[in-house]
Amino acid sequence: MPEERPPRLHVPAPAIRPGDDPDFSDVRIPRAGEVDRPDPGTAPEDMRDMAFSIIRVLNRKGEAVGPWATGADPELLLQGLRDMLKLRIYDARMLTAQRQGKTSFYMQHLGEEAISCAFQRALRPGDMNFPTYRQAGLLIAAGYPLVKMMNQVYSNDGDPVRGRQLPVFYSSKEHGFFSISGNLATQYPQAVGWAMAAAIRGDKHLSAAWIGDGSTAESDFHGALVFASTYKPPVILNIVNNQWAISTFQGIARGGAGTFAARGHGFGLPALRVDGNDYLAVLAAAEWAVERARADLGPTVIEFVTYRAGGHSTSDDPSAYRPKEEGAAWPLGDPILRLKAHLIQLGVWSEDRHIQAEAEIKAEVVAAQKEAEAIGTLHSGRRPSPRDMFEDVFAEMPPHLVRQRHEVGY
Amino acid sequence: MATEILMPALSPTMEEGTLAKWLVKEGDTVSSGDVIAEIETDKATMEFEAVDEGIMGKIVVPEGTEGVKVNALIAILVEEGEDVPEAGAAAPAPAPAASEEKTAEAAPAKAASAPAAPKVDLSPDWPDGTAMKKMTVREALRSAMQEEMKADENVYLMGEEVAEYQGAYKISQGLLDEFGPKRVIDTPITEHGFTGIAVGAAFGGLKPIVEFMTFNFAMQAIDQIINSAAKTHYMSGGQMNSPIVFRGASGAAARVGAQHSQDYAAWYMQIPGLKVAMPYSAADAKGLLKTAIRDPNPVVFLENEIMYGHSFDVPDLDDFTIPFGKARVWREGTDVTIVSFGISMQFALEAAEKLAEEGISAEVIDLRTLRPMDTATIINSVMKTNRCVTVEEGWPQGSVGSYISSVLMQEAFDWLDAPVINVTGKDVPMPYAANLEKLALTSAEEVIEAVKKVTYR
Repeated sequence: MPEERPPRLHVPAPAIRPGDDPDFSDVRIPRAGEVDRPDPGTAPEDMRDMAFSIIRVLNRKGEAVGPWATGADPELLLQGLRDMLKLRIYDARMLTAQRQGKTSFYMQHLGEEAISCAFQRALRPGDMNFPTYRQAGLLIAAGYPLVKMMNQVYSNDGDPVRGRQLPVFYSSKEHGFFSISGNLATQYPQAVGWAMAAAIRGDKHLSAAWIGDGSTAESDFHGALVFASTYKPPVILNIVNNQWAISTFQGIARGGAGTFAARGHGFGLPALRVDGNDYLAVLAAAEWAVERARADLGPTVIEFVTYRAGGHSTSDDPSAYRPKEEGAAWPLGDPILRLKAHLIQLGVWSEDRHIQAEAEIKAEVVAAQKEAEAIGTLHSGRRPSPRDMFEDVFAEMPPHLVRQRHEVGY
Repeated sequence: MATEILMPALSPTMEEGTLAKWLVKEGDTVSSGDVIAEIETDKATMEFEAVDEGIMGKIVVPEGTEGVKVNALIAILVEEGEDVPEAGAAAPAPAPAASEEKTAEAAPAKAASAPAAPKVDLSPDWPDGTAMKKMTVREALRSAMQEEMKADENVYLMGEEVAEYQGAYKISQGLLDEFGPKRVIDTPITEHGFTGIAVGAAFGGLKPIVEFMTFNFAMQAIDQIINSAAKTHYMSGGQMNSPIVFRGASGAAARVGAQHSQDYAAWYMQIPGLKVAMPYSAADAKGLLKTAIRDPNPVVFLENEIMYGHSFDVPDLDDFTIPFGKARVWREGTDVTIVSFGISMQFALEAAEKLAEEGISAEVIDLRTLRPMDTATIINSVMKTNRCVTVEEGWPQGSVGSYISSVLMQEAFDWLDAPVINVTGKDVPMPYAANLEKLALTSAEEVIEAVKKVTYR
């Protein structure tokens, strides 16, 4: 019998703080190709080990190896590289635009580009993502115009959501990008509900829920998993574990669970853990989960393991809570460099073509930025009309809002 | 062309900062992305990168300057061989565009202090001569759901105990048998969870009816109701809406204590994007619930446990609805206007009856919906009676009555002969003991007392 002693409060803390040398030796990274690919019909209890490893396809030499190397079309991969480059260049321009006062706030994807860019490629038109603020690659990969994204960030007269939302809170039903909730995790149960509605109506679309490691602590996450577990609708439950919830390391939300993917086990849901910096692994895992959903085999939990290489937002300075060199030391590398190396290894890409593609995409982004700025930015140019402020509160405008609109002269 | 470099904002709330250090000097060539300065606020230090390329023409704000306002001109970038323009003359901001021009619909002049009587909808709720039948509020709610579920296969009911058990208060009696477990769904016990599910299902094209055993439990789900259901249509630029009804008992029942007795009328009434109904009679319960289910917006439908068993005349029609935003005048009168809604209508009507015996003629208005609220009917009545008493079960501060008082102050001040009195529940959590509970709620006696005050009797 263990000896009685007074209780202590256990407060998990990251191993490394600013001033220390980055150390990820406790992050167990399996070799690429090492993890099995179960048949999508496999019972969750027969694949529990999947939640404790990491599915990886690209090895250090840039080769696609193992059972998850499913032979993606090189053309699709080239497009994927362009999507990621576009997102990264777009982020850099918008970040600087924020520093220039053209918008009040921005959130970048640095290091996490593969997750949203690759995932979208597994979906079909009519499927619906319920994203967080770090999945703009879903829009880029779906072909949403950059200039509309910038108009939203600048909240100008071309903003599709009419100046009502914080910068980066895009919304496009047509492109399967629901909207973004500033109250974290609220869209997780909504995605499950959306998929239940699809099941009830008998349409063939699926939904994808998105959440960050920190927000899995919200009760929305747990309620959503109960419903996913009970009603088995066609939903993919994505968790992006980028190691940091602003300054709080992932161990705070994860607690005693070995991994975030393992949260699915308590609900009897199959759970994958995937290298989020490996475009091919993300794509293969997404396709596996989509296959399950389309065969009415139910939901899948996917934890994407990645690293938030930038600040949480433009209001954040990460050097206050983690070493500056930590991003460079992250063992899963940079998603763009890894896919680039693979394409070069395949013989369909080269250093020169990469440099040329970067220049082309930068020119495209700059042209879109000029177009957006010609309309206006946060403090200059054409803004959303005050008339729009009163629209869409209800499906039809009630008389008192018509009156208030008249009172401000519109 | 010269480019103005402005003091950047490190965060949305930053108003000014210290220009700590320039990392370039006048004459230096600057490329896009170069770090050109360091900016400090009380919270953080930031490296400031150049967006454009050029030559540092003039540093307007020297390093070490504190309190530099965001968007103040701090430097000017010029092109090769270009002169430095005067501060403020470089790169003029684009002229404000003409898109903000007024619409053809001219804005009317501000309302005069004494407006004409507002237009009131006096149409009957159902055709004169319609046959009536007795029905409890419970049966009325059930038949409203049954009719709408039959008419539209996208309508479904979910909540705790709504299927096998037929509802904690038996409102969903027979619905499982008729519509099956896909449309009458027993949920796990998580208001927060199943409300999120229902909101998502509404986004996905269904028309859910969410039953809360009591609205007291919906407190757990209020983030989903307000932040998601009520606001998403607006936030998505009109792309996504949630046609959904949240219904269940609100207010005190009997001996259920502080956590099961709260009236939520005033809470939900405050939210743009939500509609709020709180019927008193069975006919209104049926007609309003049918309207709520058909409405493309989220509707909060507040019922009352005690009222479930009360019987009223209900029109014997295949299909009838009651529009939102139309009050019902239960009793016409000339001396005072009593405004109420939901179960408190009992006290309003009982008080009016007793007051009539004493020769005081009270007009009694049932609001039926709190948002939209039919203030025209209230104002019109007060123009006739010049006095008003409001009656509700909820607490006094920020009550429905206090809103009505402010409307009357602004729209009917010149017609008031006495201050409006709000009869409300006592400002305490609901006690359990029967005598204390009774005292905490409103009563006909309190309404009579208030009427006598405003009529100076």
